Amino acid sequence: MKIVYDGTLDPRQCKAVLGELIPAMAAEDPELIYLDADLMNCIGTAKWAAANPDRAINCGIAEANMVGVACGLASAGFKPIVHTFGPFASRRCYDQIFLSGGYAKNDITVIGTDPGVTATMNGGTHMPFEDVALYRALPGATVIDVSDPTMLISVLRQCKDRKGVKYIRVGRKQYARIYADGSELPVGKAVVLRGGTDAVIFAAGIMVHEALQAASILEAEGVSAAVLDMFTIKPLDVGAVEAWAKKTGAVVVAENHNRFGGLYSAVSEVLAERCPTPAACVAVEDEFGEVGPQGYLQQRFGLTAEHVAEAVRNVLKRK
Amino acid sequence: MEGTRKYKALACQIRAAAIEAIHAIGQGHIGGALSIADVLAVLYGGEMRFDPQNPAWPERDKLVCSKGHAGPAVYGTLALMGFFPYEELKTLNRPGTKLPSHCDRNKTPGVDMTTGSLGQGTSLAAGMALGDKLKGRSSRTFLIVGDGESNEGQVWEAFAFAAAKKLGNLVVLLDWNKRQLDGWTEDIYPMGDYVAKFQAFGFDTVKVDGNDVAALAAALERTRAGGDRPYAIVMDTVKGAGVPEVAEKAMNHSLPVSDEQYDRWTAQLRTEQKAWEDEI
Repeated sequence: MKIVYDGTLDPRQCKAVLGELIPAMAAEDPELIYLDADLMNCIGTAKWAAANPDRAINCGIAEANMVGVACGLASAGFKPIVHTFGPFASRRCYDQIFLSGGYAKNDITVIGTDPGVTATMNGGTHMPFEDVALYRALPGATVIDVSDPTMLISVLRQCKDRKGVKYIRVGRKQYARIYADGSELPVGKAVVLRGGTDAVIFAAGIMVHEALQAASILEAEGVSAAVLDMFTIKPLDVGAVEAWAKKTGAVVVAENHNRFGGLYSAVSEVLAERCPTPAACVAVEDEFGEVGPQGYLQQRFGLTAEHVAEAVRNVLKRK
Repeated sequence: MEGTRKYKALACQIRAAAIEAIHAIGQGHIGGALSIADVLAVLYGGEMRFDPQNPAWPERDKLVCSKGHAGPAVYGTLALMGFFPYEELKTLNRPGTKLPSHCDRNKTPGVDMTTGSLGQGTSLAAGMALGDKLKGRSSRTFLIVGDGESNEGQVWEAFAFAAAKKLGNLVVLLDWNKRQLDGWTEDIYPMGDYVAKFQAFGFDTVKVDGNDVAALAAALERTRAGGDRPYAIVMDTVKGAGVPEVAEKAMNHSLPVSDEQYDRWTAQLRTEQKAWEDEI
């Protein structure tokens, strides 16, 4: 794993990555089976799916059934990868995920695209700020908020063969490039993207880029902020949280999600039990989403580098 | 005729076994367990392919009891088939039991799928049938669905899927026992004509007396042909069938079973069982 972040975008759109990755993984593993709910064209799998009807099952606009079918396929010996937009991959089929998947021990991987503000023009109805909270509450689940395309490739490959229900939230468009091509990001292990001594920013998903930008802003002010990529929200890298909270004495969590139930909650649980530390979050303040371009939405919901920097300045006053 | 008598005797045993389990804990979902005893007798007594010594045998036929609360009837059947000792029926719902109220594939040897949140077994069964088909197995999946359960929208998503994917290795057995927890389905949430619904969904559909093992056996035998349409057998049943005192009670979804009732009902069922066996 090599960090190559310089603030520029990775040229690949994540939908294009998925459109190549899922067929490639299917070619490598005869037990992989891909299910979608009428959104194959949104991640570039439709053409391959049409030519491979035994490997790609279009379940129509019926997410609850799709999840149940995937779980039945898992019991028959397959490794299902299920895709739909984040809200429909979580709250729309939660009881099926919970019982047919988790409780019944049918191992499936769920990709929920366009989490939080990345849902942009689809608006508030399609903008999940609660999907991480729902999946975190499922015993044994793995919950991942992807921060760049290279990570997407690495974690999807790992999740395919991992036990339990795995939920991967990822936007379909471009991300800042953080990791060198071919990097492996072990699930469950936080990545230290930048060291620091005054505060630590635990970030996930699109907020990793914002956190790194914030650290640069703060550096110019003489504040040394560490940034960790906490892409695995469950199981959380508890050791990394504890170590960096103790090392810096000030914590900010940045996430594209409601402040309740996501990464901020997960980090706070660790701090409360192991090392009480002044902490704050940059997250959605218990609101529903709305329509607009991503830049507007990040401003609207307070999810920019400047918001992260301000949160760090404020938490430092409480040290 | 010998087959029919064998099934009738087995159905009596299954009913007695379900009552055995429910009586041991004092109360349980007796009505909907008794209504499916006959189809379980035909399935496990002859129609299905399975191996109690190897419950995970991939080539076996599978049963999904989507009305998971009918667990005691399924457990009674599995115990009689030798998947686990009959005595374990008395552990129903006890702490640490292998036999929880609702079917659980991770706890009970022979239970092919976990169910309990109504409707979910339908999609699971469709996925299992599709999986067997894609793996080239000749296995079939039998799906028992409650009529009350069919209030759930997921049931109809799954039926549409099964037809769309041409799952001729899936047999839906709809337990039309006409009662749900709060009373008569016609009063609570009438679902209309099940036969017409299944036909409209593209199923090969028949309606039979679901407490008549001969009719069930004939209907199930037809489904062996497979093909590219899923099968539906609408089973016209009585909730509580086989134990008149239970069947006659309007609200019989879950009932207590006293020692006296247990003695009387199981004695009657043993007598009936013996009568059918003596005729074989």
